[in-house]
Amino acid sequence: MNFPIYLDNNATTPMDPRVLDAMLPYFNEKFGNAASRNHSFGWNAEEAVDYAREQVGRLIGCTSKEIIFTSGATEANNLAIKGVYEMYGSQGNHMITVTTEHKATLDACKKVEKMGGEVTYLSPNEDGLINLSDLEAAITDKTILITIMYGNNEIGVIQDIKAISAIAKKNGILFHTDATQTVGKIPVDVIADGIDLMSFTAHKMYGPKGVGALYVRRKNPRVKVTSQMDGGGHERGMRSGTLNVPGIVGFGKACEIAQNEMAEEAIRLSVMRDRLEKELLTIEEAYVNGNTQHRLPHVANISFKFVEGEGLMMGTKDIAVSSGSACTSASLEPSYVLKSLGLDDELAHSSLRFGLGRFTTDEEIDFAIEHVKTAVNKLRDMSPLWEMFKDGIDLKTIEWAEH
Amino acid sequence: MAYSEKVIDHYQNPRNIGTLNKESKMVGTGLVGAPECGDVMRLQIEVDDATGIIKDAKFKTFGCGSAIASSSLATEWLKGKTIEAAMEIDNMDIVEELALPPVKIHCSVLAEDAIKMAINDYRVKQGLAPIEDNKKHY
Repeated sequence: MNFPIYLDNNATTPMDPRVLDAMLPYFNEKFGNAASRNHSFGWNAEEAVDYAREQVGRLIGCTSKEIIFTSGATEANNLAIKGVYEMYGSQGNHMITVTTEHKATLDACKKVEKMGGEVTYLSPNEDGLINLSDLEAAITDKTILITIMYGNNEIGVIQDIKAISAIAKKNGILFHTDATQTVGKIPVDVIADGIDLMSFTAHKMYGPKGVGALYVRRKNPRVKVTSQMDGGGHERGMRSGTLNVPGIVGFGKACEIAQNEMAEEAIRLSVMRDRLEKELLTIEEAYVNGNTQHRLPHVANISFKFVEGEGLMMGTKDIAVSSGSACTSASLEPSYVLKSLGLDDELAHSSLRFGLGRFTTDEEIDFAIEHVKTAVNKLRDMSPLWEMFKDGIDLKTIEWAEH
Repeated sequence: MAYSEKVIDHYQNPRNIGTLNKESKMVGTGLVGAPECGDVMRLQIEVDDATGIIKDAKFKTFGCGSAIASSSLATEWLKGKTIEAAMEIDNMDIVEELALPPVKIHCSVLAEDAIKMAINDYRVKQGLAPIEDNKKHY
């Protein structure tokens, strides 16, 4: 085993060696600009991009013409949300999203508000799922876009995308989903799922960083977005800029591998994830965050009450995980996603997110289980809150000398 | 963010973890911070009746490595000091000793507050007035 063990695959994934092999020739041998029409360098690059576009399209069930390559999912979210606002502004200025979205979506929505739009932020239930009735109630005759993520990056909860898209369709509203954590992990089919716009990225599915895509539906309805990057009119005029050919080739290869191996991989990861979770839940006062029935196969988010997340991460330095506590920031804010679920601050501060991946082994999971157990026990031995809990003192009754 | 070697040492080998009898007249307890802020520190001192010297100090801390290290260091420094000398411990001494980065200065402030609260708890038990702390933390 190599330490630290990487269990933060929701942040990013290592590149699959097969992806790297596919990309390498496009850095020096086949370096052409895919927009060069006058020589073989350009044609070769264009051919490679076309092929990758098909690989990407095949994974999500769309045609290659519906893929707009971007620099990643953040840009794709921005293009979808601001692009729809600018393109369809004459039909309405209202959008609906959820408080547990990624910052790329929330901040793009904030920008829409600054530009004069209105945004409704739905609160999810305790388990992270939204109430469809809340969604329906939020719709007005000015609503032009519903943007709700497919699988959540912190807790892995998968929304009922088919039901959400049906509501959007019934009301003549476009539906965008941020599927960054989902594509390549579980089957996503934009037609069956009724998705009009979808953001995703290569580096969460064993491809390179710096390349992602926005799916833009071309039929029933034909969707357009106003470009946010102006220039040479690449990508059907929706995203100018010289195409990142090696990145796109890698993205295509990563999609092809995912398509071939996803089914088996999802089972393997969910078995490992469930074992990790079951073992960690044998620790007293440990809780899973988010719905466990509708969840990505590789994610577990667990709170260990009475220990602090950053201290816990320091005690688990042989595994690379992510904490819901952002104590390093001056604000000491715990995760807004966990807070949105209604978690107490102290539970939100005490959480670890485990993201398993293609290269995670059973041996590594065994180690992680013991490592986390040891660290939690050690920190509880020095936690005044744990002592009070054990003495039967209700922490809510204590007047804290807040700082 | 990288922790200093001293923070890591205190985190891995914390000194003086434990609990003193908070009902004892000779024990002063300071409990500062709040769970929702991600830091709670409890610091206790036991004063020798005859000499007025702090003969034991214990802590328990819920928080990050810097918070744990700050309180662990504080207990080390408290032992053997008179109450008066303990009052002089400044949070910036802790910052310096542990090489805390600016975002972790609040951990040292918490430790200083815990020391003063413990001392005042002891003083009140002894029938003395608590010492006002007018120091401003920037």
